[in-house]
Amino acid sequence: MWPDERVARFVSQNFLPARVHVKDDPQEFKRYGERYKAPWTPTILELDPDGVEHHRIEGFLPADDLLAQLMLGRARMAFQEQQWAEAERGFREIVEQLPDTDAAPEALYWAGVAPYKATGDSASLKETARAFTNQYQDSTWAKKASVWR
Amino acid sequence: MKIDFRHDVDQVLEDAKMQRRPVLLDFSAAPM
Repeated sequence: MWPDERVARFVSQNFLPARVHVKDDPQEFKRYGERYKAPWTPTILELDPDGVEHHRIEGFLPADDLLAQLMLGRARMAFQEQQWAEAERGFREIVEQLPDTDAAPEALYWAGVAPYKATGDSASLKETARAFTNQYQDSTWAKKASVWR
Repeated sequence: MKIDFRHDVDQVLEDAKMQRRPVLLDFSAAPM
């Protein structure tokens, strides 16, 4: 799943990439597996510069879904650090560039929350609830957004 | 483009702290 050019570019531009291998680095695998509670492979963690986990991807995903999840994690990191504009931009990119992935409905939800957090104006929440009436209607995220109507 | 995964994780975490860069940590069992 790593050879995809878009995935490689996104990872290289946004992260310092590191790997622990269950067979080749068994001691490191065990040590970091215990530290981050990650006993299964493949597991991908997105850590902030202080080593704090913000997002994890467990299990294999095809390239489009993997890229969308990696982008989601990066946007979540911005969101959790209250960088609302950067977070919104990251979430919107997923919806626009990878609309058929499982991450897209979640990204649409948070793309509505980020500007609300920035301004306190609930218009973006109402707009997002409306958007869910036209797309991803059967997703969990549509249910969560339904209270904003 | 190929991802240059490093295996010196302790040092990567130190570098990330200094450079203020996020880290992607891959727990893998894939054939190398």
